[in-house]
Amino acid sequence: MTDHAGKSVRADAAAASVDGGPEPVIRVVDVAKEYPGGVQALGGVSFDVPAGELTSIIGPSGCGKTTTLKMIAGLVEPTAGQILVQDRVVRGPGPERAFVFQDFALMPWATVLRNVAFGLELRGVPRKRREAIAREHIARINLTGFEQAYPHQLSGGMRQRVGLARALAVDADILLMDEPFASVDEQIRRKFQEDLLMLLSEEHKTVVFVTHSIEEAVYVSDQIVILTRGPGRVSKVVRPEIERDGSPDEIRRNPGYLDAVEHIWSDLRSYLET
Amino acid sequence: MMFSLLVWFALWEIVGRLGLVFLIPPFTEVMLAMIDVVTSSRFAEAATITLQAFAIGMALALTVGIGTGFLMGRVRAIGQLMGMWVNIFESSPMTAIVPALMALLGFGLPTMVFTVFIFSVWVIALDTQVGVERVSTSLVEMGRSFGASRRDLHLKIIFFAALPEILAGVRLGLIRGAKGVVIGQLLIAVVGVGYLFELYSRSFSMPEFWALLIIVFAFAFMASEAIAHLERRVAFYATSR
Amino acid sequence: MTGSDVAAAAAGAQPRASGRDRRVAAITHPWLLRVASIALVFGLWELGGAIPVSIAFPRFSATIGAFAEMLADGTFAAAYSQTIRPLAVGVALTGFGGILAGIVMGLSPRARWFGLPIFIILQAAPSAAIVPLITFLYGIGFAAKVFAVVLLSTPVIVLNSYRGISDTPRLLLEMSDAFLASRWQRIWKVVLPAASGLIFAGLRLGVAQGFTGAILAELLITPTGVGDLITYHRSLAEYDHMFAAILSIIVFASVTITLLQHVEHRIFRGDRRVA
Repeated sequence: MTDHAGKSVRADAAAASVDGGPEPVIRVVDVAKEYPGGVQALGGVSFDVPAGELTSIIGPSGCGKTTTLKMIAGLVEPTAGQILVQDRVVRGPGPERAFVFQDFALMPWATVLRNVAFGLELRGVPRKRREAIAREHIARINLTGFEQAYPHQLSGGMRQRVGLARALAVDADILLMDEPFASVDEQIRRKFQEDLLMLLSEEHKTVVFVTHSIEEAVYVSDQIVILTRGPGRVSKVVRPEIERDGSPDEIRRNPGYLDAVEHIWSDLRSYLET
Repeated sequence: MMFSLLVWFALWEIVGRLGLVFLIPPFTEVMLAMIDVVTSSRFAEAATITLQAFAIGMALALTVGIGTGFLMGRVRAIGQLMGMWVNIFESSPMTAIVPALMALLGFGLPTMVFTVFIFSVWVIALDTQVGVERVSTSLVEMGRSFGASRRDLHLKIIFFAALPEILAGVRLGLIRGAKGVVIGQLLIAVVGVGYLFELYSRSFSMPEFWALLIIVFAFAFMASEAIAHLERRVAFYATSR
Repeated sequence: MTGSDVAAAAAGAQPRASGRDRRVAAITHPWLLRVASIALVFGLWELGGAIPVSIAFPRFSATIGAFAEMLADGTFAAAYSQTIRPLAVGVALTGFGGILAGIVMGLSPRARWFGLPIFIILQAAPSAAIVPLITFLYGIGFAAKVFAVVLLSTPVIVLNSYRGISDTPRLLLEMSDAFLASRWQRIWKVVLPAASGLIFAGLRLGVAQGFTGAILAELLITPTGVGDLITYHRSLAEYDHMFAAILSIIVFASVTITLLQHVEHRIFRGDRRVA
């Protein structure tokens, strides 16, 4: 397992990759967030997200993981520092980034079909085309037949899939996922992790994934950014190079995998206990 | 449950036949009088002007009320600034203002329209504000994350998310507006159904009076039920927002 | 923050948001805003009154002058004492009777079947139309005014009490059953306390409606009290006094209702939630 401490990158540096790997498509540069009243949620966070990989952000609750993700999404403005996506400073949301919400954020008055097509609807894609695209993605998440259902008729897992389909339908380069599997049953959660990995192997998107489960992070990620709290800072960036041969169950029992999880756990424990 | 009304009508008939209260004629007489009332030209005139005033006043109240409520809900400072006034007027007897309106605007349509407006606009604005304030930030963020324009954000997301509260306010506004048009006309006394009520009560035409009352009540009730129907149609998502 | 702010921040400048945010918070502080908006409205009134569009629209200063005068020479005191009494009596009657009726309807399906449709209709309907009839029954005295108050305020009190009872959270009812509460225990210890918030809200709304009833009675049937002040000064074209009387009603009503709201929030803390 290799690791290296998060480095701060100067904003005007040329887009050179840090260690010779894939180019960073997202660069978080010394970003801080203070709320009125003096609450400092983040105190100087820096890390890179390489293109085409899945980077997760983990840490104890209150460390600012979701805030960081929303800043990458352009939904929250940093009070210091900046974020570069595809070499451009983030000033708000953009078509190259799609967000998957923890509480699904589905419009309860709209059908599944309309919800999935919503991102396209906002872009002015004509109805027939956007509904066709939506149906494709509804099929990919295995909800064919539920196009005319309403969110209140669906289970939590199904709602989450709708949110995911909506984000996929706009065909963004970057997927930002905020604890997407937190509100879902354990068995379904594992299946979703598999499905996500399979989807990504077909799509070549960059994913930034916030989770509070270390196990989940180690299982799905190419890179893990560990944040600590009070105020949030990057404590480590880790690349869990686990063996991905064998079935999912075999992977989860693999000593290398278990070591990786244990290692991160003990690192975090010291921060949890302060 | 509405069948209990039949029992009440039966009671009404009995009380009327027994002459217990001289103001209350038998129900059947009232029903017969209704035919006379509705077919009279006076009624047509009164109904026309009353409906006109009500419609125009409510249209104004809905536009201004929902628009202002939106503004108050989205911009916190405006919400606090105007909220104080809206709250004050929402719970004050607007009846007291009608004499001032009569002095300023006279005894005709403008006064009636304005009366309907001041009776109904406050509760519409207030409930709209509450609905807009309660829209889940997640939904708004979702809209922004997919690049929604301000117009789309307001019309496609916020409006629907706030719709249950807006409709509740509209229904209350309709009821108050109906009260306003009647009270306004009672005070002005020379126009509309208010005039008719005056006329019938002065000449002791009790069956006609009650017939007219039932007509006006029925109208107000149906208008309110129409909105209640809409409220029921959005109820399916009101709880799961 | 603007783009240049972001660049400056990235270059290592201190975050400026906190200072600015604090200033914005101070300016939008509730009390300052309220005073400012009151000043604004009264200022506009003064200007509006000065424009000679209608002689019936007095300036704000003239209105305040008349207000102070009527306050000082006891006109208001006399008028309000006449208005408040039927209002208080009426609200007390409907409060007691209406709450009782609402509770009974909530607890007894038969009572509900019989009474609910009537009150729903009365709530939606402009019952003010009945006010002129009152004189035939009660003349133009105290009883007539009380009746007007009762007529207008009863439906809302009854319906809110009813809803308070019928909307008892099922969870609480199951809880009381699980702990073997008798029927009366359940009503006294669970249903009524849970309903008290809505019952009080109904009372507050009833008071507001009662005001309307009292004023309407004074304008239409029995010229006494504050309503008469309005009519009297209008007949003399003393618009500054008329507006002052109207202003006093608005102030009196909103102060009373706001006080009730504060009491309500204190005791019932807004939304009842099942913990």
